[in-house]
Amino acid sequence: MSPFARRAAYRTSMFVLAVVLVGVIWELYKTLGPADGGKVLGVSIFPRANDTAMPHIWDMLTRYGRPEVRGSDRKIWVVVLSGAWFSFRLSLVGFALGASIGVGLAVLMTRYKLVERGLLPYLVVSQTVPLIALAPLVVSWGGKLEIGSFVWPRWLSASVLGAFLAFFPIAVGTLRGLASAPAAALELMESYASTWRQTLTKLRFPAAVPYMVPAFKLGASGSVVGVVVAEISTGLKGGIGRLIIEYAREATGDPAKVFTAVFGAAALGLTMAGFVALSDVLLMRNRPKETTT
Amino acid sequence: MSAVSVNGASKIFNQGTPKQVDALVDVNLTVEQGEFVSLIGPSGCGKSTLLRLIANLLEPTTGSVTVNGKPSQQARLDQDYGMAFQQAGLFDWRTVSKNIELPLELKGWDKDRRAARAKEMLDLVKLPEFGDLYPWQLSGGMQQRIAIARALAAHPPLLLMDEPFGALDEMTREYMQGELLRICAETGTTVVFVTHSIPEAVYLSHRVVVMSPRPGRITDLIDVKLGKGRTEDTRNADEFFQGITAVREALRGSHADHVASNAVRGVEDR
Repeated sequence: MSPFARRAAYRTSMFVLAVVLVGVIWELYKTLGPADGGKVLGVSIFPRANDTAMPHIWDMLTRYGRPEVRGSDRKIWVVVLSGAWFSFRLSLVGFALGASIGVGLAVLMTRYKLVERGLLPYLVVSQTVPLIALAPLVVSWGGKLEIGSFVWPRWLSASVLGAFLAFFPIAVGTLRGLASAPAAALELMESYASTWRQTLTKLRFPAAVPYMVPAFKLGASGSVVGVVVAEISTGLKGGIGRLIIEYAREATGDPAKVFTAVFGAAALGLTMAGFVALSDVLLMRNRPKETTT
Repeated sequence: MSAVSVNGASKIFNQGTPKQVDALVDVNLTVEQGEFVSLIGPSGCGKSTLLRLIANLLEPTTGSVTVNGKPSQQARLDQDYGMAFQQAGLFDWRTVSKNIELPLELKGWDKDRRAARAKEMLDLVKLPEFGDLYPWQLSGGMQQRIAIARALAAHPPLLLMDEPFGALDEMTREYMQGELLRICAETGTTVVFVTHSIPEAVYLSHRVVVMSPRPGRITDLIDVKLGKGRTEDTRNADEFFQGITAVREALRGSHADHVASNAVRGVEDR
């Protein structure tokens, strides 16, 4: 087995092990924990371990094979999957938007120190605005927007909110990466009378890749969170966020149901991060390995 | 026309502030075409600063620098010189060939012409079969040879080197010195070479420029009488040791001056 395949196999098995471990802890707490929760000094600390609050894992899994609503012939896995696909496309748009804005801002901040000093604090502040508060605003702004024959579709608001969460880590990571080019290399480029743009494409960006990949991973999962939350708070139909809110209402009668959608959202985030990880493998395949020879 | 001409150049950092550093004061230096000149001196004597003035990576505070008869800025824009540093500074993400091609890419050469030149340069530094490897797969000495190939890729008439062999072990270092002399003889390149190794300066140079710190200045110019066609035997020649002694004494002299002037100042302070 090649070292690469061995590492991939190792990582996969560790991932499976981690998932199984969480399952074991879940079930263990369910067996040992207090059914109606526990209080220490009058403060509720231990969550309830009864079947409504914490359904068995096999109940959640078997729920996928049963219909969404009694009497329907649509199995719930089909519904969750199509919801995840819908949200995935929105996240992808949000991610692309966020990445362009993030990288664009990072380039601008690298070019003009003044922009960096003026803009960076606002970028940080922007991330403290609660998404829930922002979502209805974006929807209403979007609705008022008219550019020629372009009509703002409702789903675009969700993507914009995904971009809002995605752009920040991407901007900060790319900024750090662009600044990571060694002084000697910059001096070398200057000795070649390289233009700023040439230095950007031939030195700064390649040097930034190791910083950009983890930033893009954060951005990818951020775009999923943004889209799912936006779906919930704007009531956009068709996505996984809407499913979560709908199924949560049925939690008393059908506690396992909401978890099917929650896992769908988690799988969505993992898929997005997985795509970025794949690009990591491709981009970094010829870079020095961490172990020096 | 001389390859390099430095006329009354000074470089003062943080002028007028408490952190003012007189890195170079009133430096005059002329380097002829095809000449190999070393700059030597203790740290802080401004030898790297002088090299960067010639390279136009720094602007002189006063005075002027011309390279190939042009103002140094024009020479830099025309890529009239190549530069090599203590760290090879090859780009990890480029193959060895692509690293050598970098200055040619920036000049806008087309692909075939670049590839042909990269091959020529790899032959010149005797690493013809390493073009498709990545820099981190090479030893330190090989990386430095590639850096020299990159510096010479555009066939500049002048090569500026800042302690290029400083990070290499002694054996590799001596081998690289021989290679550098061979390459310069083959290409007719003029070299300005910063080092703090006395034997290295003597072995390589036609002239050794001895510098002294606080303020950085040139205190001596020593002609090395080793002629052309230096070999490994040159390292055992009497003239080689005479050259080393001459440079060492010049360095001691400037150092002693410095210590003495400090002592006098100490007295005055009382």
